[in-house]
Amino acid sequence: MPVVSLRDVSKVYPATTKTGDPVIAIDGVSLDVEAGDVYGIIGYSGAGKSTLVRLVNALERSTGGEILIDGQDIAGLPERRLREVRLGIGMIFQQFNLFNSRTVAGNIAYPLEVAGRPRAERAARVAELLDFVGLADKARAYPDQLSGGQKQRVGIARALATQPSILLADEATSALDPETTHEVLTLLKRVNREFGVTIIVITHEMDVIQTIATKVAVMDQGRVIERGDVFDVFSNPQHAASARFVGTVVKGVPSPGELAVLRERHVGRIVTLSFRDAGVDQQAVFGEFARAGVAFEVIYGGINEIQGRSFGHLTLSLAADHLTEADAVIDDVLDRVRQLTTVTEVR
Amino acid sequence: MDSLIDLTPELWTAAGETLYIVGLTLFFGGLGGLLVGLGLYLSRAGNILENRAVFTVLNLLVNFIRPIPFIIFLAAAQPLARMVVGTGIGNPAIIFTISLAASFAMGRIVEQNLLTVSPGVIDAARSVGAGPIRIIFTVLLPEALGPLILGFTFIFVALVDMSAVAGYVGGGGLGNFALLYGYRQFNPVVTWAAVLLIIVLVQLVQFLGNSLARKALRR
Repeated sequence: MPVVSLRDVSKVYPATTKTGDPVIAIDGVSLDVEAGDVYGIIGYSGAGKSTLVRLVNALERSTGGEILIDGQDIAGLPERRLREVRLGIGMIFQQFNLFNSRTVAGNIAYPLEVAGRPRAERAARVAELLDFVGLADKARAYPDQLSGGQKQRVGIARALATQPSILLADEATSALDPETTHEVLTLLKRVNREFGVTIIVITHEMDVIQTIATKVAVMDQGRVIERGDVFDVFSNPQHAASARFVGTVVKGVPSPGELAVLRERHVGRIVTLSFRDAGVDQQAVFGEFARAGVAFEVIYGGINEIQGRSFGHLTLSLAADHLTEADAVIDDVLDRVRQLTTVTEVR
Repeated sequence: MDSLIDLTPELWTAAGETLYIVGLTLFFGGLGGLLVGLGLYLSRAGNILENRAVFTVLNLLVNFIRPIPFIIFLAAAQPLARMVVGTGIGNPAIIFTISLAASFAMGRIVEQNLLTVSPGVIDAARSVGAGPIRIIFTVLLPEALGPLILGFTFIFVALVDMSAVAGYVGGGGLGNFALLYGYRQFNPVVTWAAVLLIIVLVQLVQFLGNSLARKALRR
């Protein structure tokens, strides 16, 4: 059974003016998150991903569909009952949202106070969490004395205080520099592996998905337009918007503009080889070119690794000018290469 | 100058009465202001106890009462004072009326201070299962404490100002002293003595407020 299951969920905001139209923020989204997943939800600003994650812990109420948490539909629950549900769901935020009037230790203790845990237990748990996030020396510091990365680590410790089984990360690294982002993502990975916490990550940065997610859903205009294993979506995006996101981290097929530039510098035939399976033997592919005496140059692309599997696109310019009937030789080679992997001739 | 020396006991009594009036109105008006301000903040659209009817009524009430010049409000609220504190004159009446006026003035200030608390912090508290009452006392008020202290300091000056017309309904204090013994006796020295005491009082309170707020903000 999925730990979080959305069934045709929608969220419509009433029109702000009398003549205006209602705003459809979430439009019939269905999604299953299995225990232990790190589920990435990616989309541009305004795609509805933040609204979607706020429906999962009912910070905002949905206007349609079912939201099942551990099998229980929370869509119709009264506020009082929701508080119990929220104790089992931690949340971290883009702006950290720490309590400035409380120390680091006080921030982490807050959910435990809400849950009514005795003082001694709170102190022990806070110490444990401070250790886990590496901020044991900052227990008495106030949030405004911390760096962004430290603040988010406090946010993570606070979210984990009551040992929730689900963690929601709403653009948790978007306010951080690349190095700190990496640090926070590594910590989230540990949270997932060491505590078995299911994590839902909202982001507009594809490298966040690449670094920690196992599954991904791409959102656009309130809908999920594509979902699946991160490897599948990265190696073979089905939707233009997904391809654009993948393109931000993966150098794949050259765009028409880039191709025009490449054409100016390379007169020969240009082909793109796509490697998507671990089964594809690059050595065999390039061996074919060598045996036929076709010279090649890699002019675009790259090979990427996601979750221990490689994929990528390599665009080659081929030259066989020294051979008679060069075109026929190249056609012949490409036919043989096609047996091994996908070949696209770029014209 | 000689008359001022003769009046010294009356001056101290008046100063004591001002402190008494301002102290009590700061307490009752401050409490009322907190309630009105919290009511405005919590019932506002998008906030945790969103309630359009409550917000509209409170908002209109504040907007109606705040612009009324205090001396007119004092006269207009006299029947109400008689009902609540049993008399329309003297210190009890003036304390009641100032507290009422201050509640609405302070309410607006409290509302504005609470609005500076990041909504994200409220989200964080809600996300761990905190209810509205707990959020008010453990997040909202502590997070806004620094600005709130400055707001109370600000309203203190307004209370001193309002208390100065206490004499019109038979109340005492430095304002009454200045009018009675200074202005009406053509004795500016006496008036200035009252002015000087008020300045000292306000400065002391402002200093105290600033340092408390600094402590709350840890800056």
